[in-house]
Amino acid sequence: MTAVTDRQKLQYIAARAADARVNVELETEGMTLNIGPQHPATHGTLRIVARLDGEQVIAAEPVAGYMHRGYEKLAEVRTYAQVTTLVNRIDWLGSFANEVPFILAAERLMEVEAPPRATWIRTLLFEMSRIANIILFLGDMGVQLGAITPVFFAFRDREYVLDQIERVTGGRFHPNFDRIGGLKDDLPKGWLEDTKAVMDKVRSFCDEIEDLLMGSEVFQERTRGIGIIPPDVALQYGLSGANARASGIDWDLRRDACVGLAYPEVDWKVWTHPDGDSFARFWVRLQEVREATRIIDQLADGVPSGPIMAKVPRIIKVPAGEAWVSTENPLGEMGYYVVSQGDLTPFRLKIRSASFNNISITPWLLRGVYVPDIVTILASLYFILGDIDR
Amino acid sequence: MSSAVLGLELAYWQSTLIRVLAGLVAVLLLTGGVVYLYLFKFVSFMQSRLGPMEAGPYGSLQLLAEVGKWLQKEDIHTEDSDRLVFGLAPAVVLSSTFLMFVVIPAGPDLVIANLGTGIYYVLAVSALSVLGILMAGWASANKYALMGALRAGGQLIAYELPMVLAVLGVVIMAGSLNLQDIVAAQAGGEIFGFSGIGNPYILTQFVAFAVFMIAVQAELTQTPFDMPIAESELVAGYQVEYSGIRFLVYFISEFATAVAFAAVASTLFLGGWALPTSWGLSDGVMNVVGPLLVATKAVLLVGVVFWVRFSFPRFREDQLQRLAWKVLIPIALANILVTAVFKVAF
Repeated sequence: MTAVTDRQKLQYIAARAADARVNVELETEGMTLNIGPQHPATHGTLRIVARLDGEQVIAAEPVAGYMHRGYEKLAEVRTYAQVTTLVNRIDWLGSFANEVPFILAAERLMEVEAPPRATWIRTLLFEMSRIANIILFLGDMGVQLGAITPVFFAFRDREYVLDQIERVTGGRFHPNFDRIGGLKDDLPKGWLEDTKAVMDKVRSFCDEIEDLLMGSEVFQERTRGIGIIPPDVALQYGLSGANARASGIDWDLRRDACVGLAYPEVDWKVWTHPDGDSFARFWVRLQEVREATRIIDQLADGVPSGPIMAKVPRIIKVPAGEAWVSTENPLGEMGYYVVSQGDLTPFRLKIRSASFNNISITPWLLRGVYVPDIVTILASLYFILGDIDR
Repeated sequence: MSSAVLGLELAYWQSTLIRVLAGLVAVLLLTGGVVYLYLFKFVSFMQSRLGPMEAGPYGSLQLLAEVGKWLQKEDIHTEDSDRLVFGLAPAVVLSSTFLMFVVIPAGPDLVIANLGTGIYYVLAVSALSVLGILMAGWASANKYALMGALRAGGQLIAYELPMVLAVLGVVIMAGSLNLQDIVAAQAGGEIFGFSGIGNPYILTQFVAFAVFMIAVQAELTQTPFDMPIAESELVAGYQVEYSGIRFLVYFISEFATAVAFAAVASTLFLGGWALPTSWGLSDGVMNVVGPLLVATKAVLLVGVVFWVRFSFPRFREDQLQRLAWKVLIPIALANILVTAVFKVAF
């Protein structure tokens, strides 16, 4: 079991012990509820073994690994260009964002730098995949809480974003577009104007979600005060991304440790929320989508001209060395630790994906909540199974 | 023993057969219409999609295709299930639904059984479905089903109370438990001496109407009160182990109950089948117009139920209990008090 640090939780356990005595007298017994691996709340194959007393959770433990695909090992027998195809499938809703930190790490080892135009387009696509990813979260949160209408709006408006990604990269979900030293292709004609029009649609989607879902009293009842993560606990469990920012931790790699992307060139804001509950996590993500549309609008206005590829050899052999690059992906901090021995393939690749750390807090967080809140909390933590089991 | 149906003298078995068949056809037609209109189309338009379009014109035969699919499916039991109870549970739920229709009047002579305690009977019979749900949850031998059934038990019983209390306001106004009398009281009523639109009780009993519709939403276990079948956590609650024809029975029962409650609500609050007495229409005309009127009102009210269902997230179990006990019941009690005072004063 994980260490319990928070005072409230200790008090809770003491109260539970008192309750347990009553339960012995009444001769009630607990029940183990196996949530998953196939269960609608886990949107994938996460399994949560919950020990229940009535509707209250006494202990819960996530069991990951049902979808482990061994990408770290597979990467060792693939050339650098082939690895992007694999890592596309880690966080499958924001695929392009998975490629970027790997390519940046490889570029650092090779000591090449992408030309400014490539950097800007990378940042554009990075933010587009963030929108495509988080839009679905905003709808899915509704589904998990019983409102099925928002998710249809989410799928409808995500399609506009995916269309734009497809026009550049040729792939809706798995673009495989990033190259060491730049990008595969330049932007198609008229793409930037269309993208700005799509951003208007995304903004109106955000307003719609705010009216339909976030403004609903039932939604607020279900999310406010549910699954509170204090900032110190969030740090201990290594939460990142919106989950950390919703706990009031003002930390965003795009601003604080931006490598090889165009974020310093634009004017944008990191949103945080002091509450740390499920509502805060939803709210922060909603603001992040809005902020992403602002970033894209500004980037689209200022894409510099020039080449999209730096000078790199035809056959890429990465010099021996080690590099760690992480970026602020839709789900949180995602990093690649690349070890090269001067071959065509990486010698070792370590992937740090955000969701794995984000769900590590669930045993701490689910203790003492009611069964319906398991769903709220899991949905608000927002993990993607491919991102947990690489 | 003989009885009259529409002025014809028939043997008891003949009139009973006619009543049962007419009731079945009316209920199934209305239910099918409601499913197509709201579950397939209305909701699709809310969610910016088309809904079924291929089976029949605008997908109007989709429901037949779905029923055909369910009928073909294998009848699956879990290994540990209590087979007898498991099989009986859907029948109990469905019979509770059909028994509700027995007393709902659709015209001066169009009622299967004109009971003196009509509304009391409806509320009593509708509560039977709890039994079927608990049976289903227990017999399925599934933890999700058990939790769903227990949630449903608590919820349905909690929301019986505001429903009964809301109905009491109408009963005080009409001075009768008989649904035909309640309809007649509304048709013959007058508002400050003006009898042109009768006196539908929604005008004076709007509080009771709101409480009644919220309680109906909960009795039907529709969102925001669908914690018993919460598909995102309990998968499908007490229905989780049911498939094929047994699931079909639950499906029919869910929507037929929606129609039944809507018909009861339109009888109690919207004037039922009747047009105002001052319009001077004969019973013969009302026997034709009445069913159309009450069906239209009921279908519109079902629309409200579905509109809410697809707009809201769901309450947690403790929150919906709090709503019933701390909000709806006090409001309904206050409504009864005010109604009684006004009834005596005027």
